[in-house]
Amino acid sequence: MIVFEKPKALADVKLHYCPGCTHGIIHRLVAEAIDELGIEGRTIGVAPVGCSVFAYNYFNCDMVQAAHGRAPAVATGVKRADPNNIVFTYQGDGDLAAIGTAETVHSAARGENITVIFVNNAIYGMTGGQMAPTTLPGQVTQTSPYGRQVESVGYPVKVCELLSNVTGAAYLERVAVNDVKNVKNAARAIKKAFRYQLEGKGFSLIEVLSTCPTNWGLTPDKALKWLEENMMPYYPLGVYKDKYAEEAGK
Amino acid sequence: MAKVTFREERCKGCGLCVGACPKKIVALDETKLNQQGHHPAKVTEPEKCIGCAFCATMCPDCVITVER
Repeated sequence: MIVFEKPKALADVKLHYCPGCTHGIIHRLVAEAIDELGIEGRTIGVAPVGCSVFAYNYFNCDMVQAAHGRAPAVATGVKRADPNNIVFTYQGDGDLAAIGTAETVHSAARGENITVIFVNNAIYGMTGGQMAPTTLPGQVTQTSPYGRQVESVGYPVKVCELLSNVTGAAYLERVAVNDVKNVKNAARAIKKAFRYQLEGKGFSLIEVLSTCPTNWGLTPDKALKWLEENMMPYYPLGVYKDKYAEEAGK
Repeated sequence: MAKVTFREERCKGCGLCVGACPKKIVALDETKLNQQGHHPAKVTEPEKCIGCAFCATMCPDCVITVER
């Protein structure tokens, strides 16, 4: 009996990501959710700008590629054109938390019935490792060689905390993919976000803490450790908002 | 008995499976290079495998299939 194989919603092609990049794991988790819910035929994904721009080659469902940061706006159109579609965006932190902040906040405020997969690796990966809005204080990058100086460039944007104050958002959770336990938890959260959309519950965003071994200058296993020791204390894991659990609890 | 197969030509030799294995029986095959120029992962002692699929769970490239 097969206990683990490549999900069917994931295309049978080689991923272009660097060795040890956890984008591959997160792609698989999204594909597993699509498989398990049996929604491949009516799912449409929106790819971002960034390392994961080629996501449109990697999923077997229909895909659109949006201008930088505009994935939630494009997803809004795709969803409203035919609400029977299951629509997700797959975005990095340079896309969602920088140039796309407005689209993210407003699609949440409008309570669009879409699912956003937000991959946060605290750096601009594709362009060569520049400081991103999510870069940790003191973190060394190509454009912060002495570490991020909060006195001059300010503090990281915490997307889940920010959106938890937005009334229109239905479900917000931050997960990580640094070990087996957290990967399984991330799989649960991503599936739940898709299920909420199926049930018409509104805007959901899953923030996945991810690694960038190449631009962090670490080996893949050390990058997982770095994520656990540095990112997880600054970006605590957990459910930031679950409108329906709150209502059920009242 | 559990059986783990690796699609060697897709492996990037990142070693995340090596660190995930609770039995410490996954290793990179230093005697081999695949088409991409990486040392692919393999199971060194297949009889010790418990089929937990932890290696496959951490693999970013869907290289691993686990049967039990």
